[in-house]
Amino acid sequence: METLAAVQETTATKKTQTISGSQAVLEAFIAEGVDTIFGYPGGAIMPIYDALYDYHDKLKHILVRHEQGGIHAGQGYARTSGKCGVVFATSGPGATNLVTGLADAMIDSTPLVCITGQVYAHLLGTDAFQEIDVINITTPVTKWNYQITDATEIPAVLAKAFYIAKSGRPGPVLIDITKNAQLQQFDYEGYQPCTHIRSYRPKPIIRKEYIAAAAELINKAEKPFVIFGQGVILGKAEKEFKAFVEKTGIPAAWTILGLSALPSDHPLNVGMLGMHGNYGPNVLTNDCDVLIAVGMRFDDRVTGRLDKYAKQAKIIHLDIDPSEIDKNVKATVGVWGDCKETLPMLTKLVESKVYPQWVNRFREYQLEEEKEVIHEELNPSTDILTMGEVIRNLNELTGGNAVIVTDVGQHQMVACRYAKFNQSKSNVTSGGLGTMGFALPAAIGAKFGAPERTVVAIIGDGGVQMTIQELGTVMQSEVNIKILILNNEFLGMVRQWQQLFHDKRYSFVDIASPDYVAVAKAYKIEGQKISLREHLRDALTTMLNHNGSYLLEVMVGKENNVFPMVPQGCSVSEIRLK
Amino acid sequence: MQKEEFTITVYTENHIGLLVRIATMFSRRKINIESLNTSPSEAEGIHRFTIVINEFEEVVRKLARQIEKQVEVLKAYYNTNDEIIWQELALYKVSTDEIAEKVKVERLLREHGARAVVIRKDYTIFETSGHREETDKLVEVLAPYGLIEFVRSARVAIIKASHGFHEKLREFEEAQPGEEQIENEFLDKQSEVFTM
Repeated sequence: METLAAVQETTATKKTQTISGSQAVLEAFIAEGVDTIFGYPGGAIMPIYDALYDYHDKLKHILVRHEQGGIHAGQGYARTSGKCGVVFATSGPGATNLVTGLADAMIDSTPLVCITGQVYAHLLGTDAFQEIDVINITTPVTKWNYQITDATEIPAVLAKAFYIAKSGRPGPVLIDITKNAQLQQFDYEGYQPCTHIRSYRPKPIIRKEYIAAAAELINKAEKPFVIFGQGVILGKAEKEFKAFVEKTGIPAAWTILGLSALPSDHPLNVGMLGMHGNYGPNVLTNDCDVLIAVGMRFDDRVTGRLDKYAKQAKIIHLDIDPSEIDKNVKATVGVWGDCKETLPMLTKLVESKVYPQWVNRFREYQLEEEKEVIHEELNPSTDILTMGEVIRNLNELTGGNAVIVTDVGQHQMVACRYAKFNQSKSNVTSGGLGTMGFALPAAIGAKFGAPERTVVAIIGDGGVQMTIQELGTVMQSEVNIKILILNNEFLGMVRQWQQLFHDKRYSFVDIASPDYVAVAKAYKIEGQKISLREHLRDALTTMLNHNGSYLLEVMVGKENNVFPMVPQGCSVSEIRLK
Repeated sequence: MQKEEFTITVYTENHIGLLVRIATMFSRRKINIESLNTSPSEAEGIHRFTIVINEFEEVVRKLARQIEKQVEVLKAYYNTNDEIIWQELALYKVSTDEIAEKVKVERLLREHGARAVVIRKDYTIFETSGHREETDKLVEVLAPYGLIEFVRSARVAIIKASHGFHEKLREFEEAQPGEEQIENEFLDKQSEVFTM
């Protein structure tokens, strides 16, 4: 079908056309470059689905099995494509099922535009069938939300929605459209993208004096340390970041969402921060003299005990969101701005340096961690399979080129610690919210966002059972994802805490699993289950080489723990190796 | 450091749902709103919230940033009581018989700057405005004479140092915002901190 935009170009004489609100929604999508929608129909969004019927050659719609799956898929899509994820849900339960995903996208700054259907405007507030006050329910978990009751508002509101979702610090936007507005015919004058909202300032003016102040601190530093987060990826500033690190010669460590912004094998990449991060980066946070935080927000899982966090250091904080500067950690110099712009300005002012002794200290800690933790995890001396050796084998087979989508728990920490990445936007995980059940649907979206790449979803036996219905989406959409279940027959992370902090009182962490291979088979997805080391390599190869989706269940050690660990309430330098 | 009374002034678009969005910023942090007023502002089409809370300055500063981050909020200021002129309005309903009999009441009302809004056979309504202690005082005074009903409004406040919002609004409307609009007072103070 010819889109209306095309029709308008050819018939220049005719300025306006009468179209429905639903068509206006889809026209907005096309104008914004949307190609994929994740959704689930229902009564109050039927007019939009009716219009979608005519747009199926322009807009791919992936029918999910649950709206939570839809929004996590939208998140996965956004994270690997760098574009805005788009999600449809109906009113009432359809809309409430989005809430977890909205909260996840909000805390992880993922750009999403979610459209929910709503009952007719005249029924609002009457407890109509499938009516819910979605605007008030979603207010704390959206960057912006708005209810449309009149179709004439649709083009401008959707333009605003995309602009807000994508600009500044990105986030989820929800637009609730009443059924009458979807059906309403109105004079459509074309789509105008939004570029300015007077009450909204996504990008500050960069203050050069703070760049200069930051550069001065860096130039005088003897033990500087860079810590970076997802801001580098969201700002598409990977190149600028690498240039900054290489010129200054400063060792750099990442937060879980900053992972893959700097290649794993980069000589200045010293590893992961936080609770289950690497030894050196945590200990030396409390030893550096200048701490340069780029696009990260000092989450409590990264900082540990705040009053004992980097107290000796001058802190430079680069962030696009002014409310993050000084929120958790007081900055000596706050550089407010988009790191795509601030990093090159800073790079220009800093001296080209190397810190061989300082960098070597990270290496020393790394060697100790290798000896105490990593070696045994990646090359176990017992017959029991470890999560770490699965990841090591996966690295060797993918060469660090795969997109790794993880769920939440022990496997997530192990995967993030040991997975190797050569390129950015390769690590998709639920960082801030810690949403179990995220990985399977997010992997589906991740594949649609990066169709040319191998997508491996690594999931625990707990998380996979939370959204296992999305195997139906995998089957029907024929998406090619690799589902790797690391089954330790426990809710492992909770069990680890119960072991360490609750006297081994294993309270409701013993979780039974179905026959995953049989479940997959029922969904026409091939798979196998292994529990012996000699089968691991072949099984992973089979999974990766399989033409289509594949499920591999690996039975791993039941009571393995993730170390190192910064116990809750402890300082980062009190990190435990065992 | 001690908790102190702060008045937060928020300039916003007039948008349905914004009240909830702003209110949740407080409730989420378990901060009680002592008083909240919404009204038009000096700038056309711009709404003004006046919110009073009792908190530490640092908490208030972070809160103001979070509020200002909301898409439909143009600007959020916070001030101590020294920095503002404020008033609250109060209405008092008393029995007309009571006050007609007692001359003393009339004098008391005059002393407290109250004026009669309605006088009926059965009751009279007085109005006064001022700081909370002042309006509270009149409640105390009238209580012995049978105060039937009492109500007090939220605080409205004017910032002493403010030059109004007209100029700022013009800047906000520009596609390329000026320095003034993105003023960053907490960063400005940091030149004092920055030494090595």
